[in-house]
Amino acid sequence: MPSITFIHPDSRRQQIEAGDGESAMQAATRNDVSGILAECGGNAMCATCHVYVDEDWLSRLPPMGDDEDALLDGAAAERRANSRLSCQIKLDADLDGLVLNLPDRQL
Amino acid sequence: MSATEKAAPAGVPSLDVDPFSTEFFEDPHAIHDVLREAGPVVWLDKWGVYGVARYAEVHAVLNDPLTFCSSRGVGLSDFAKEKPWRPQSIILEADPPAHTRTRAVLNQVLSATAMKPLRGHFTALAEAKVDELLSRGSFDAITELAEAYPLSVFPDALGLKQEGREHLLPYASLVFNAFGPPNQLRQEAIERSAPHQAYVAEQCQRENLAPGGFGACIHARADAGDITHEEAPLLVRSLLSAGLDTTVYGIGAAVYSLARFPEQLAKLRSDPTLARNAFEEAIRFESPVQTFFRTTTREVELGGHTIGEDEKILMFLGAANRDPRRWENPDRYDITRRTSGHVGFGSGIHMCVGQLVARLEGEVMLAAIARKVGSIEITGPVKRRYNNTLRGLESLPITISPA
Repeated sequence: MPSITFIHPDSRRQQIEAGDGESAMQAATRNDVSGILAECGGNAMCATCHVYVDEDWLSRLPPMGDDEDALLDGAAAERRANSRLSCQIKLDADLDGLVLNLPDRQL
Repeated sequence: MSATEKAAPAGVPSLDVDPFSTEFFEDPHAIHDVLREAGPVVWLDKWGVYGVARYAEVHAVLNDPLTFCSSRGVGLSDFAKEKPWRPQSIILEADPPAHTRTRAVLNQVLSATAMKPLRGHFTALAEAKVDELLSRGSFDAITELAEAYPLSVFPDALGLKQEGREHLLPYASLVFNAFGPPNQLRQEAIERSAPHQAYVAEQCQRENLAPGGFGACIHARADAGDITHEEAPLLVRSLLSAGLDTTVYGIGAAVYSLARFPEQLAKLRSDPTLARNAFEEAIRFESPVQTFFRTTTREVELGGHTIGEDEKILMFLGAANRDPRRWENPDRYDITRRTSGHVGFGSGIHMCVGQLVARLEGEVMLAAIARKVGSIEITGPVKRRYNNTLRGLESLPITISPA
């Protein structure tokens, strides 16, 4: 059961327990993490589950697909080098301790 | 209309309600409550199928598409036993891996990126519609608003010709009636379907779709090799089937909700940025798409019961969206509610692929209402429309005043 931490724009830290095989977005919505809207439910259509990945973790994530790349260009908050869609981050034991920063808006 | 001979499985609560009857359509909420409280899984004696009405089980079924498959039809009819009434959908009525490929195409054609260039035009037409309706004052919110607005934006976005658009709503109504059991609604819809089917088949062809529209984009993906040229018209058909009537019912639900909850209209007027969530909450609250079926591909445990292979399961999306186990004050329309996780658009790999078009239409219409309309009053008898899958109104006479 990987444990992941979301950091809100006001610096508040929220640690949640994810189920194995869940995406970071699914874990966030199940635990009511405000700041993850996830309108399209994980179908990689909407870019409303945008996160900034903590630099220490960035290289440990699976590479980004073309769909995700295109959607991030249209994300509501500024796209940065560490931007990802949390629905595309599948969690497993290797990602235990993952830290994700929330943008100030998703729409 | 033939009821089934199939006996109720041991231990599963058996109910004799018909979720495809006029009585049910008129007031599903009390019966939804009975279905939810009877147990996590119920047996619907009238049609010989399992049913799930609680959020947890509906969500679980939607998110296990290999066990609860769609390729045998998402209506009562089991395609393994009965020929589909029309050529099977290659996205709605498909499972992975076939579904993965076709879904990827529509995901891209209808993504957030594709919505951006439409927003300005959709907004302008929503504002013009509200201005026109304000000048009239009193009108039927279903025909003059909920139908008129999507008809003014969606067929053009798809790239349809002007001629023949009168077939669009009857075709969609037919498609959603056909998911139901062989009752009068379904039989009559199919008996009258020939001209609508002919129109739709014709419009799906490349030469009938304007450049730049969703339809042309789908055909372009066949050039790119993502789908075949034979598949492209069938994917266009999905947009013609499910892209219009659903938004009509969604916008109708939102206007009907705002008319009944004036304090929510006041809240929306004071903060028009709530428009998108006000639409989303209307989808949860009214659940314009009420039900879909799945078919089991293996024996499976669900809600403490063992369900055998080859069984149809009816998911009550509307009941799940008001399950008190999941929602606080579920029977309250609350535009500031955190709506994430509602199943009004489904959930998982089959979650409505046109959801961002629906949200765009709903948001810009409610934002126009928020800025321009002071009050909404229901001024005549509210009439319900009967459909085996869709929940909405036939008539909603209202009077609106300017802000």
